[in-house]
Amino acid sequence: MKLHLPNSAFLGNINPFLRAFNSSAPNKLEITANKRWISVHPVVLSMIAALALTIKTSNIHCEKLEAASKHYMERMNLFKFLNIKSDIEITEHEPAGRFVPLTQITNSNELTKFITEMIPLLHLEPKQAEPIRYIVSELVRNVLEHSQSEYSAVLCAQYYKKSNTIRIGIADTGVGIKATINNAYNTKTHLEAIRLALMPGITGTTRREGGTEFNAGAGLFFIRSIAKVNRDFFMIYSGDAMYKLLKSTSGKHIELHGDPFKDRHSKGEDYPYWKGTVVGVDISLDATKEFSLLLDLIQETYIKTVRERKKERYRRRARFI
Amino acid sequence: MNSIKLFKLVGNFAENKDIARDIRIKKIIPAIEKGEEVTLDFEGVNSATQSFVHALISDIIRKFGVDILDKIYFKNCDETIKKIINIVVEYMQEMD
Repeated sequence: MKLHLPNSAFLGNINPFLRAFNSSAPNKLEITANKRWISVHPVVLSMIAALALTIKTSNIHCEKLEAASKHYMERMNLFKFLNIKSDIEITEHEPAGRFVPLTQITNSNELTKFITEMIPLLHLEPKQAEPIRYIVSELVRNVLEHSQSEYSAVLCAQYYKKSNTIRIGIADTGVGIKATINNAYNTKTHLEAIRLALMPGITGTTRREGGTEFNAGAGLFFIRSIAKVNRDFFMIYSGDAMYKLLKSTSGKHIELHGDPFKDRHSKGEDYPYWKGTVVGVDISLDATKEFSLLLDLIQETYIKTVRERKKERYRRRARFI
Repeated sequence: MNSIKLFKLVGNFAENKDIARDIRIKKIIPAIEKGEEVTLDFEGVNSATQSFVHALISDIIRKFGVDILDKIYFKNCDETIKKIINIVVEYMQEMD
């Protein structure tokens, strides 16, 4: 496999980075990088780290980084995951550094501990912390419960002062969304599976409305909704498909939809194959809506979607012969 | 009346579904089966995920029917937690 750390890869312009991912030769990992400057979304680092966990150290090759931002990669623990000695000296993180380095989470208790420790690292006020810990909890629990990945979840996060945004990336190398959703549905493509997974009340554990005792199929819908209401990016990539919720135009009334394809988005199903699932999300702290107001919108959309789906399922039509 | 203080079990952010399931199986259901009422006390808990609340109460609604909510009291819930509980209660009434 080959990955190139580009000059810039954030959710708005991540498509070329994803398309350049070479997923052939899954037993090897080769990383190259832009020589001058590397500025990437945490999801890029999470993807690299998640891949590195699956490969023997001797089969990982990382080009010697020359860009000034190599110190950032060191601070984010990238070389630890690659098991490569970087020879980069770093001073302990500056007060301005608000980030959560790459972390592997393998079980429920580790997640609870991680969430508790994460908020002080990002220096968040309670109102800002609420959607972020919510998102991290739901995303990581999805990985722990559904991915069947031997290596569980890898994630990291970073605060960006200029945009006053927290960016979060989480990756796993498990079975992917299509395999999970197809435990209860029969999707033909990865994109179709992503679409279902983002709808409220759809889970791979059952087709029954209301879900099982443990899963309702609401987690990804909530996260997409948080990003939508805050006018932020949200990206999900699994198999050969990628769905990206685009920023909503400011000033316009925000309307939530049960169907992610009704939101302003971009998508594709010709991406290099990612075995597992990758999620990236931005949360702008300027725009963070009161979480409780957001929940009103979520409730309304959730129930409306479920009712429409039930109506459609039980609707009988006159048969004319 | 059985009162279950959640803060001691889950901290200020109720997100651990495994703990939610344990509370449901070991504390809520046995009390309900004895015909007793249950109070879920959220004092000190300032947020919860939908997944946590689902793991805590959805199966009770499914097994005992929605009228069981007359025997479960949610105490000291802030606005966010109330709304998350309402979402779960609402969609469970749409269940098949």
